[in-house]
Amino acid sequence: MKPTLQLSGLEPLYVTAESNFVNVGERTNVTGSKKFLDLIKADNYEDALSVARDQVEGGAQIIDINMDEGMIDGVAAMTRFLHLVMAEPDIARVPIMIDSSRWEIIEAGLKCVQGKCVVNSISLKGGEAEFIHQAKFIRRFGAAVVVMAFDENGQADTLDRRIEICQRSYKILTEVVGMNPNDIIFDPNIFPVGTGMEEHRRNAIDFIEATRWIRQNLPGAHVSGGVSNISFSFRGNTRVREAMHSAFLYHAIQAGMDMGIVNPSMLEVYDDIPKDLLERVEDVLLDRRPDATERLLEFAETVKGAGKQKEKDDAWRQLPLRKRLEHALVKGITDFIELDTEEARMELGSPLSVIEGPLMDGMNVVGDLFGAGKMFLPQVVKSARVMKKAVAYLTPFLEEEKRNNPNAKAAGKVLLATVKGDVHDIGKNIVGVVMACNGFEIIDLGVMVPCDKILDAAQEHGVDVIGLSGLITPSLDEMVYVAKEMERRGMKQPLLIGGATTSKAHTAVKIAPQYHGSVIHVLDASRSVPVVSSLLSDEQSAGFMAKVKAENDHIREGFLNRQAEKRFVPLEEARKRKFPLQAPAAPAPKQSGVQHFDLTLKELAPYIDWTPFFQTWELHGKYPRILEDEVVGNEAKQLFADAQSMLQDWLKDAPVMAKAVVGIFPAQPLANDSTQLFTDEDRKQPLEVLHHLRQQSEKSDGISNFSLADFVADKNDHVGAFCVTAGLGLEKLVEIYEKDHDDYRSIMAKALADRFAEAAAEFLHEKVRKEIWGYASDETLDNESMIGEKYQGIRPAPGYPACPEHTEKLTLFRLLEVEKRIGVTLTESMAMWPAASVSGWYFGHPESKYFGLGKIQKDQVSDYATRKGWTLEEAERWLGPNLGY
Amino acid sequence: MSKITDLLRERILILDGAMGTMIQRYSLTEDDFRNESLKDHTKPLQGNNDLLSITRPDVIAEIHAAYFRAGSDIVETNTFSGTTIAQEDYACEHLVYDINYLSAKIAREVADQFTASEPHKPRFVAGAMGPTNKTASLSPNVNDPGYRAITFDQLTTAYAEQAAALIDGGVDILLVETIFDTLNAKAALFAIEQVFEERNLRLPIMVSGTITDASGRTLSGQTAEAFLISVGHLPLLSIGLNCALGASAMLPYLEVLSQRAPFAICAYPNAGLPNQFGEYDETPMLMGEQVEEFLKRGVINILGGCCGTTPDHIHRLAEIAKNYPPRSIPQLETA
Repeated sequence: MKPTLQLSGLEPLYVTAESNFVNVGERTNVTGSKKFLDLIKADNYEDALSVARDQVEGGAQIIDINMDEGMIDGVAAMTRFLHLVMAEPDIARVPIMIDSSRWEIIEAGLKCVQGKCVVNSISLKGGEAEFIHQAKFIRRFGAAVVVMAFDENGQADTLDRRIEICQRSYKILTEVVGMNPNDIIFDPNIFPVGTGMEEHRRNAIDFIEATRWIRQNLPGAHVSGGVSNISFSFRGNTRVREAMHSAFLYHAIQAGMDMGIVNPSMLEVYDDIPKDLLERVEDVLLDRRPDATERLLEFAETVKGAGKQKEKDDAWRQLPLRKRLEHALVKGITDFIELDTEEARMELGSPLSVIEGPLMDGMNVVGDLFGAGKMFLPQVVKSARVMKKAVAYLTPFLEEEKRNNPNAKAAGKVLLATVKGDVHDIGKNIVGVVMACNGFEIIDLGVMVPCDKILDAAQEHGVDVIGLSGLITPSLDEMVYVAKEMERRGMKQPLLIGGATTSKAHTAVKIAPQYHGSVIHVLDASRSVPVVSSLLSDEQSAGFMAKVKAENDHIREGFLNRQAEKRFVPLEEARKRKFPLQAPAAPAPKQSGVQHFDLTLKELAPYIDWTPFFQTWELHGKYPRILEDEVVGNEAKQLFADAQSMLQDWLKDAPVMAKAVVGIFPAQPLANDSTQLFTDEDRKQPLEVLHHLRQQSEKSDGISNFSLADFVADKNDHVGAFCVTAGLGLEKLVEIYEKDHDDYRSIMAKALADRFAEAAAEFLHEKVRKEIWGYASDETLDNESMIGEKYQGIRPAPGYPACPEHTEKLTLFRLLEVEKRIGVTLTESMAMWPAASVSGWYFGHPESKYFGLGKIQKDQVSDYATRKGWTLEEAERWLGPNLGY
Repeated sequence: MSKITDLLRERILILDGAMGTMIQRYSLTEDDFRNESLKDHTKPLQGNNDLLSITRPDVIAEIHAAYFRAGSDIVETNTFSGTTIAQEDYACEHLVYDINYLSAKIAREVADQFTASEPHKPRFVAGAMGPTNKTASLSPNVNDPGYRAITFDQLTTAYAEQAAALIDGGVDILLVETIFDTLNAKAALFAIEQVFEERNLRLPIMVSGTITDASGRTLSGQTAEAFLISVGHLPLLSIGLNCALGASAMLPYLEVLSQRAPFAICAYPNAGLPNQFGEYDETPMLMGEQVEEFLKRGVINILGGCCGTTPDHIHRLAEIAKNYPPRSIPQLETA
């Protein structure tokens, strides 16, 4: 592309022959604006920023910033103001002109701005050496420069002097300093006209002619100037000044002036200047008649007025209240936020509803825009500040409300940290601000925080929630480590995970399983508030945590299933990869044939696993720890006491009865994943055939594709079957409770019966191992080890992961004459009645173990249909959840 | 030795891939990051990869060699965090000279060995100068937007130390990279110019920015064009982009730079975006397909890989780049 003056703020600015005149905003200049000076002197930088914003909104393409005032520390003021401007994307998008007559202020200014600036200005006033030194620094800094037509002898006030100084400066800059000529902007001095003094009559013309000469003779160089100087003698008459500015620019631009320091709101459109005014203005500017000044002064008396109306875009102030709040948040405008917040408070009646309502709605819009790449980070940070300001306004009202309502709970303490090895904290800081805005007490440990420090601080401050953040990928592992450590320390606090590389999936699959407390992935800052509010709310907490856990489990299972279902092997191949038994079969059973017996609740009670009981009641946690749980502990204790009381009644009155039926049968594996049962040890009298299924997902080397069929040894092995129930009599009992509308006791009775049924299965399995089959007669296990399945052999139930096909229960029921012996029946969908019943197979081989079948392929479904004597459709119906095609 | 500027006219030059990803393969432990003089250092040092140039130079040399073998013309020194500012987190500021000097020396030696055995393909060393972990344009404190954790002068001092040590160690090029905040980069360039002037020499300078997300901006808010303008005042060897984005997402911004920049264009994207487990899993073939699009559009002069890329990726990129001419460069620095 053609060489040209290129500048940048957050966005580029090209000054080319084709581009229009570039407006440089002049209001952020303490020498030119009394208002700005007063703001800086009063340390009111916030309103000073609004001045800058007004300039950009008003069309300034560059903003000139000047802090040259005796009473101001220019270096400090320039630095502070530029730092603040850099944090305002809607201002910082344009390039900055750093304006000072003091070199140290210019240097300080350049060190604050990432974009390509313009330095305003340097000149030969102090001699060549200084000029060269300054120009070199500017060049190394990559800024453009305004060069004043000024030398050792003073300011150029004639056309010849202007030409002489500009030519000399240009030569030094291009030949000695090596500056890109496109980066040179001459200011050939705009002086006032219409002063009444003879020597000022040609001021405008000389400037315009100097401009023309520069553009023709100094290639690449640009021309700029302070336009408002021209009308200096008409101060107070806005109408005339606007006309003079526009007319002057009209002619200067034609001569080649391509930039100017000008107040865009002090310009009239050239074509809109009334003809009579324009004629008199141009007479003065172009020195067209000796009495031009008098004629303009006379005319000026008649047109004294306000000038044109300010056209700043305040239209959004007309929007409805909620939209105004949203606009202020999205645009980061603090000017009216207190006014609007107060209006919202009056309308909604409570400060909290303002925060939770329109303010959070606005922040959600910000979050969505950010997510969609339509806002970028500095804007979001600004939005957070508007939010903070609104909340600060509401805080006294919140406190008053708290005083009037002392029972209200404090919002809670939240610890935030960026994990070890990671230094990114912007997102975390935003979360901190947004949460602090919502009344949470934030303890922010900063970045690179080692795990121990996080957890020590959490315990020391007694925080309610811990939030971890990270942007780089190794942080993910560190978060897993923190979760492990929280578990090791027995912590209870919910753990929030956030940051760019974190994900719901990683949180659910890798982090959540490490920690029994709640682990929640929080997508962005705006979501952090509702999440933490729910976690800390007495009413919602338990339910919310259960929901999070369920969601994590769901994601994890889905993920693992997806992993597993990725690739499959053909059935034939899977059968070749059967599990090879090493050890011989368990010895032949001590008691053969089918037998049934009654069980007493008393002997079953010690076998109860209480954890699933609490799950029934949607209280999630492991027994007995759940009784001490911070959140659900009290509820769990109450529930457990009620259960114990009912259990004692049952032990005394035996309103429900438990029964069991069991048989161990000689077995022989068949080739096609089936097992043949026999009545006799010689295996001559065939009984029933058990049909098993085989895993078909692709496994890595050394890992088998399991089937229950694999656990039957080739020789002298057996398979057992059992059914237990603890639901006999339950129906009547429940009926009584339901008549009383006592749902609580009704559910309690069912849940307790279920526990007894499971306990019966556990009890019976032990009896089988020790006595009936008797392969582990010397086994000694406590209840916990038993729940942990630390014994030899398994008892998979038809309909469960290893053998998910339910109709095998028909075979089991035939084998054991279940209905006749203990009164349990099967519904047409293969459910057992009473519901508090358990049935299953016994495999006694020491290498047998539980597994999940997972998804299977059509070849196996078709093979299974053949084995069962079904059509393919029947097979697909019963195997529905496992179809992997 | 052929000048790098001559080679840039002839063909697309290949940069190396990720250093961190390769270091991970060695499964190093805390001990590997310590030597006799660091044995009582109180802060954990594992993860301070730049230290390995002192404690495990064999590992770093092996990685450089692997990239040269894979087809790299230029390798980057192991000095991404080699400033007093970045080393402060590990309390290793006192080691900054050694880190840069030794890193440059290791890469220099490996490069010279390859050049000696394959004189037709000279190898180069670029001294990597990372962004540090502080930003001069952004406040880390939302409540105080006027606050800065680091000043331009502090950055200039730190970068000047780094640049001087890299030059002492024998680098051919200085590479200011992974630029989140252009003001940091300007400080680096300012420091480099200062060192050049003090020593009365010049080396080619490469500059590489980082567009952080879908907004198409750097972390400090600049568009690619504004970034180019902000650093384009020096006669650079190349300008380009690295990190944060995978290859396909980087293309639109490379096009902008290619249209506007008078210098060579350099791109070294990540191996895709990190998956849900923080791993970069784009294969060499997949990355190659996307990068080929850059080459078809003729927007590239120097090509390499950032996070997650390996010698296999670089080999693939080198193979593809052979089939395409380099972008013609309007203004080639003749240092």
